[in-house]
Amino acid sequence: MEIQLQYVLLLAAALFCIGIYGLITSRNAVRVLMSIELLLNAVNLNLMGFSNFLDPAEIKGQVFAIFVITVAAAEAAVGLAIILAIYRNRNTIDMEQFNLLKW
Amino acid sequence: MNLAAGVQIVSFVILAGMMLGAALGVVLLSNIVYSAFLLGLVFISISGLYILLNADFVAAAQVLIYVGAVNVLILFAIMLVNKQEEFYTIPKRWIRQGATGLVCVGIFALLGTMILITPWSKATTLPFSVVENTIIEIGKHFFSDFLLPFELASVLLLMAMVGAIIIARRDFIPESMARQETISTPLTLPERPRELASSTASED
Repeated sequence: MEIQLQYVLLLAAALFCIGIYGLITSRNAVRVLMSIELLLNAVNLNLMGFSNFLDPAEIKGQVFAIFVITVAAAEAAVGLAIILAIYRNRNTIDMEQFNLLKW
Repeated sequence: MNLAAGVQIVSFVILAGMMLGAALGVVLLSNIVYSAFLLGLVFISISGLYILLNADFVAAAQVLIYVGAVNVLILFAIMLVNKQEEFYTIPKRWIRQGATGLVCVGIFALLGTMILITPWSKATTLPFSVVENTIIEIGKHFFSDFLLPFELASVLLLMAMVGAIIIARRDFIPESMARQETISTPLTLPERPRELASSTASED
């Protein structure tokens, strides 16, 4: 019994669903960013599984994962800066009160 | 990794359980500081999974970038916006949460059936085609066929750095304080260089 590709993909799908749940239901803006990080890590896990099991000769999945990590770092920096700016303007980090453009 | 299959499967199960439990803690716990530290545990578990999947360089990059940079950044953001506010209760909120949970379980069921019924054409010739040194292989990819995305990533990081600094900079300074700063401390960096320069120019 070895690690199959299906196990890795199921694990990544579970992590993705947990991330989506947190993304939609959490009210703290910082927690929303954490959920986005969970989503990106689930995608990375998928890429790594495909790279190991389907393409072990030239590991392009790992290259893609490094690009995803780069973009995730940039996204975290800009997202946290946006949250800081919103906090200074509205004096809250409740996602339910960020409805200036909603209606 | 030349571990025995039993060791591999046991460590996979342990890492997967740790990762899923910590991810549930990130989403469900009410204290956000606990969530941030559990997020670090999620990243470390994923790094262990990468090592199990023969990706040592990406595992090291995961620990360096996620645990070392992103998690610390999130902790700093929590400290900067550390306001213990009581969120006002929204009526019918449990309906929203229940519907979201149902949708997520549905997505997971859909993805699970898709994963299980798809005939993955698995490369069974693993032992003699696996790469020996992943760093050399990734470096070859970076400087041959992924050269343009590699350069664009550096530009993207520069843009993100400049953008984060511009967005997070404190805009509001009282006029008296700004005027005082221009007079007394010429060596300190002013908060708004452009306006300060224009005001001094108009004064001249």
